[in-house]
Amino acid sequence: MTKKLKKKGKKILLSAAIFFVAIISKTIMKEGELISLLLFGASYLIVGMEVLKKAGRNIKSGQIFDENFLMVIATFGAFLIKEYPEAAAVMLFYQIGEWFQSYAVNNSRKSIKEMMELRPEEARVLREGNEITEDPEEIKTGEIIIVKAGERIPLDGVIIEGSCSLDTMALTGESIPRDTVAGEEVASGCINLNSVIKIRVTKEFSDSTVMKILELVENATSNKAVTEKFITRFARYYTPIVVILALLLAVVPSVIFGNFQIWGYRALSFLVISCPCALVISIPLSFFGGIGGAGKKGILIKGSNYLESLAKAETLVLDKTGTLTQGSFEVVEVAVCKEGMKKEELLALAAHGEYSSNHPISKALQKAYGKETQKEAIGESEELPGFGVKASYKGCVIYVGNQKLMEKIQVPYEQPGKNGTICHIALELPKEKREYLGYVVIADRIKEEAEATICELKRQGLKRIVMLTGDRREEAKAVAEKLQIHEYYADLLPNQKVEILERILSEEGKKVIFVGDGINDAPVLARADLGIAMGGLGADVSIEAADMVIMNDRLSKIVTGIKISHKTLSIVKENIVMAIGIKILVLILAALGITSMWAAVFADVGVAFLAILNAMRAMKIKEYVC
Amino acid sequence: MKKTYILEDLDCAHCAAIIEEKVGKLDGVSSSKVTLLTQKLVIEVEEEKAKTVTEEIKKIVKKLEPDVEVIEK
Repeated sequence: MTKKLKKKGKKILLSAAIFFVAIISKTIMKEGELISLLLFGASYLIVGMEVLKKAGRNIKSGQIFDENFLMVIATFGAFLIKEYPEAAAVMLFYQIGEWFQSYAVNNSRKSIKEMMELRPEEARVLREGNEITEDPEEIKTGEIIIVKAGERIPLDGVIIEGSCSLDTMALTGESIPRDTVAGEEVASGCINLNSVIKIRVTKEFSDSTVMKILELVENATSNKAVTEKFITRFARYYTPIVVILALLLAVVPSVIFGNFQIWGYRALSFLVISCPCALVISIPLSFFGGIGGAGKKGILIKGSNYLESLAKAETLVLDKTGTLTQGSFEVVEVAVCKEGMKKEELLALAAHGEYSSNHPISKALQKAYGKETQKEAIGESEELPGFGVKASYKGCVIYVGNQKLMEKIQVPYEQPGKNGTICHIALELPKEKREYLGYVVIADRIKEEAEATICELKRQGLKRIVMLTGDRREEAKAVAEKLQIHEYYADLLPNQKVEILERILSEEGKKVIFVGDGINDAPVLARADLGIAMGGLGADVSIEAADMVIMNDRLSKIVTGIKISHKTLSIVKENIVMAIGIKILVLILAALGITSMWAAVFADVGVAFLAILNAMRAMKIKEYVC
Repeated sequence: MKKTYILEDLDCAHCAAIIEEKVGKLDGVSSSKVTLLTQKLVIEVEEEKAKTVTEEIKKIVKKLEPDVEVIEK
């Protein structure tokens, strides 16, 4: 609790105590009016001074109509018509309501503070053989840092020594620790769970993953949703209207019927009820709760307006590679065409042949081979761009490449009608004819949860689902069919992706979401109503271009995000209807004289309380698991 | 240029909206945004006016919410 809150809390308690004494003296001891006035007056001034001052200041600066002004005329009026308990009570409860509001705001601010704890305070850096504790901002790329068990990784880098389990919860929302070994990239913000590692820093602090995320979280609520803007505008016109109505209520009937006391009282109750606090506070709070709840699940949303777009979208456009598929090549099939040869042998030859290449195909082959390559056995190797590689190995020559390579070296080969990249392998033994050995199919795998997620997204109200890809038509067709996506465009260049998206935007009246892996899709992400990036760890371009980032690349998070957006929006609607509805109802009752000022106060504080509790619900939503 | 201020102890939505509006009308300020939940004011201001604008913001805030402290970031 902040100092300000504590101070205000004490004032409220003191005022409440005096109020209690005043009630006893009035009802039980039947003290005279003067004592009553003094006691209620004291109770009133203790809590109300602040409001009086504010109202005075606002009138001076020309800002007349606000809630402070409402409270002041309502309570002054009550004193005038000698309703002292009401006057003091109105102020007391108003301040209790205000106090509670501040408390709620502070509480939800805590969730941001927790995120801020991601920020590393210090880092251990190795300089001239010594371990020095240094501010992460002072560490340059290329330096070596040490992270011990239990510590947070301060800067992005590559592990050069040691291996460990990483808790990536704060970044990805993923609860299962990730095992990393030397050579792997690690992102700042993760916690090293078990053993000492050395990291070579690859990014300066200001560009690090953790700083990017902090900036994002801090600026998250600055893009206001339409509903939020509506509330601000609403409050601006609402107060003057209410004051004029109250004035009319006090004057017109009493001129006609007389009895100013009764109509004055009703007009004052009317004013008290009309304070729009519940509405003004609960709407931003609900949005904030939704954004906060999504953040906990590893979904970062850059503003409440995007939460609104997410709930209203009916069209979803997806990128293929990296979004629907893993985005990394894998060996999916090994076919041996030479009799007596084992699959492992073929794979070994392919891996050795491609060893010196740093093409993704080579990486996929090394990974599939899984064993240490015999570097010393590999002789001269030559990359043949557009064809493949040729490498000498243990006195023979290995050819690994596409069908064009096989034609070039005049080796008859098999052509399987399969999707993916087909890598043929041929061998040339000394003084013998070149021989075709077989082929390896390398393909990008569809993400496991993709099929179920697409199906669920359709159920969530996304009527049109489109896939865009720079990949070949056959590949695109296979993925689209598997996932039951009926509309797809293949062979696209980045600018063509933008063109197609623009066409879809002009065809659809509703919001259009684009999901991409963010690096080559940046222009499309920026153009869509809502750009969702599969951020992954450390992919900073995507974090900047998108409106929403999914930290662990899981497609199912889109469903969770949509669910959160629906829930948040329905909470917002509930709060608007509840706050305005109850207000209008009690206002009518007050105008008719059916309710007292007491009920009015409870209506105000009570509605604010309920609305805030309801808003807090947005924080909690179940994760979608397919 | 972009400037960010922390409005410490700001906890009333209505005042936040008024501060945002008034700061937005200051000379040389092209955009102004107050976020209640992060207690932040972010403005876009002309280079030449950047120095004087802080004082003006402090004045506005002092007038509306004397308890709120403006901290330049």
